[in-house]
Amino acid sequence: MNIVVCIKQVPDTAGGVKFNPDGTLDRASMLAIMNPDDKAGLEAALRIKDATGAKVTVLTMGLPKADVMLREAMAMGADEAILVTDRVLGGADTWATSSTVAAAVKKLDYDLIITGRQAIDGDTAQVGPQIAEHLGLPVISYAEDIKVEGDSVVVKRQYEDRYHMVKAKMPCLITALSELNEPRYMTPGGIFDAYDEKEVTVWGRADLTDLDDANIGLAGSPTKIAKASDKVAKGAGEKVNLDPTESVNYLMEKFREKHII
Amino acid sequence: MDFTLDQKHEMARGLFRDFAETEVKPLAQETDETEVFPQVTVDKMGRFGFMGIPVPKEYGGQGCDPLTYVMCVEELSKVCATTGVIVSAHTSLCIDPILTYGTEEQKQKYVRALATGEKLGAFALTEPGAGTDAQGAQTKAVLDGDEWVLNGSKCFITNGKVADVYIVIAITSVTEDKRGRKKKNFSAFIVEKGAPGFSFGTKEKKMGIRGSSTYELIFEDCRIPKDAILGPEGKGFPIAMHTLDGGRIGIAAQALGIAEGALDRAVAYTKERKQFGRSIAAQQNTQFVLADLAAKVEAAQLLVYKAAKAKETQKVYSVEAAKAKLFAAETAMEVTTKVVQLFGGYGYIREYDVERMMRDAKITEIYEGTSEVQRMVISGALLK
Repeated sequence: MNIVVCIKQVPDTAGGVKFNPDGTLDRASMLAIMNPDDKAGLEAALRIKDATGAKVTVLTMGLPKADVMLREAMAMGADEAILVTDRVLGGADTWATSSTVAAAVKKLDYDLIITGRQAIDGDTAQVGPQIAEHLGLPVISYAEDIKVEGDSVVVKRQYEDRYHMVKAKMPCLITALSELNEPRYMTPGGIFDAYDEKEVTVWGRADLTDLDDANIGLAGSPTKIAKASDKVAKGAGEKVNLDPTESVNYLMEKFREKHII
Repeated sequence: MDFTLDQKHEMARGLFRDFAETEVKPLAQETDETEVFPQVTVDKMGRFGFMGIPVPKEYGGQGCDPLTYVMCVEELSKVCATTGVIVSAHTSLCIDPILTYGTEEQKQKYVRALATGEKLGAFALTEPGAGTDAQGAQTKAVLDGDEWVLNGSKCFITNGKVADVYIVIAITSVTEDKRGRKKKNFSAFIVEKGAPGFSFGTKEKKMGIRGSSTYELIFEDCRIPKDAILGPEGKGFPIAMHTLDGGRIGIAAQALGIAEGALDRAVAYTKERKQFGRSIAAQQNTQFVLADLAAKVEAAQLLVYKAAKAKETQKVYSVEAAKAKLFAAETAMEVTTKVVQLFGGYGYIREYDVERMMRDAKITEIYEGTSEVQRMVISGALLK
C-alpha cells in the first residue's frame, strides 16, 4: 500500500503574525513549522504504516527551505520525500497549488492520499478537496479517525454537532483534522537517517509534464487578495460589580442575548 | 574550526527541547517534591529512542554520536536534572561499558533491551568506605564452579532500585608485589535484578535530584553465572575508570543544562520583576551578573561539546572529560547560586524552579568524581 501525504511549511502563528508592507505574510521573520493538520495526517499515515507496512511518501510544494520540514517528516518515519519547488510556481493560490500538487501526485503510485484539512496561514481548506477533484478521486474531509479495511478506508468525518462514518474504496483522498491524533516525536536515529541516509527528491516545473502553464504560479491564480490582517485586538470589555447571584444572572442573560446558550 | 551545529544536530536539539518542555518540565517540581522516580517519562524516552542515543543500530540503538547524546542530557537537565541523570547513568555507565568490553553475546543480550528502554541500567563502584579512593572497595567475587559468588555492598547507586541491569565492580583476587605490598585486583560483572542474594538497602534522602532512585545494593552470597564477568578478569579497575571518563561527559552535560536553565529563568524574571520603578534587568548589577554567567555558560558548553567530540574520535579522553565536568559543575553551582540571589526572596521559595536547580547543581560537583578528582586528573596529565 502506498500513501502520499501532502504537507505544507507554514509560519508558526503561535508567536503572533507579522506582515510585509504590501499586506503579504512576512514569512522570513516567523519560525516555520509543519502545518498542524498536515502533521496529524502524517501521523495517521505512519500509524497505517506501523500496522500494515505501507510505504509513506511526503510531498510538498514550497521554497527550498521546506527541505527541513521534509527531513522532519522522514525523521518521524516517512519513507520518501518530494519537494516541488520552482520560481514559476511561486505566488500560487489554492487552484494553482492544487493543480501543481495533483500533477506531482500523478507521477507517484498511490492508494491513499492524505492532506491536512487546512493550513494555519491561509485557512482555506480548499487544496485537499481540489487535489481530489483534479485526480478524479472521492474525498472524505474532516477525518477524526481513519481505519483501513481491505481495499477501503472507513473514516469518522467530524462536524461541529455530529459525525458521519464514511466508507470509501481506495484510491481516495482524506483531509485530516489536527484532533485526529497526537503526532509522534521524531527519533534521534530518525533524524540522523533523514540527513545521512535519505534524500529529498526535488522536482521543478519541467518535471511536471501533466500540468498546464495557465494553471501555475501567480499568473495561474484566479484569487486576488484585497487585504490581509491579523486578528483584530479586542476592546477593553465590560466590567460589572455585582454580588455572585446577580453576576450569574447577568452573565446568563448576556449568553442568551448572544445565543451562546 | 567551526563552532556552528549542522542541521542534523540542530534538529536533534529541537527534538530534545520540545520533549523536555512538553513532557518533562510539567513534572519537574512534583518529581522533586514527592521524590518519586519519573517512570512515565522514562517509558516515553524509551519509546522515542532517548535511552540508546549513541548506541549502534545493530544493537537496537539510534546510531547517533556522543554529541547528540550530550545535547539530550543537556536539554533534559535544563528543566529537570533528575531526568538528565537517569539517562546519563543508564547510557554512559551501563550501556557504554557493555558495548566497549562486552562479548558479542553480552551485547546482544543486554544492550538491545537497554537501548530501547525496555530495561534500565546502573553502575556500582562506590562503597561506604570507598568513594574517591575507589581502590578501598571491599566487595568480593569468588568463582565457585560455574558461578561467581558476590559479597559486599555498594552505596549511592543512581537508578538503584529501578534498574534491571547493574555493572558491579568487585575484588576477584589479591596479589603481592615484589615488596610484599598487597594489591587488590578488581573485575567488572553484569548483575541482573533478581539474582539470588542481591537485595536493596535504604533509599537515600537527598538534597537534590530527588526523583532519582539512589539506593544501597547488598550482595549476600549473590550467585551469578560465570560468563557474567565483563571484560578480562582483573581488569575491573581500568574498566571502571574508563567508564567514568564517559560518565563525566554525561554529568558535565547535566551540569551545563542546569546552568543554562537557571540563566534562562533569570533573564525572563529580571525583565519582569520591578523594583524602584523599573525592571531589575535595567539595573547595572543585574546586567553585569548576567553577562558573567552567560560567558561562563558558553565556555562550559564549548568544553562539554569538545569532550563529546573527543569521545567520538579519541581512544583516551580522560582529561577532556575531567575539564568539562570540573568547569560545567562549578559553573552550574555558581550560576544557580547567583540566580537565586537575583530572584531574591522568591528564589528561596520552592514554587520557583531556581531553588530546586541550586540544590540539584551541588551533586554535579560530587558524583562521578568530585571536582577535586577532576583536578587530580587534569594536573596529573599536565605534570607528568
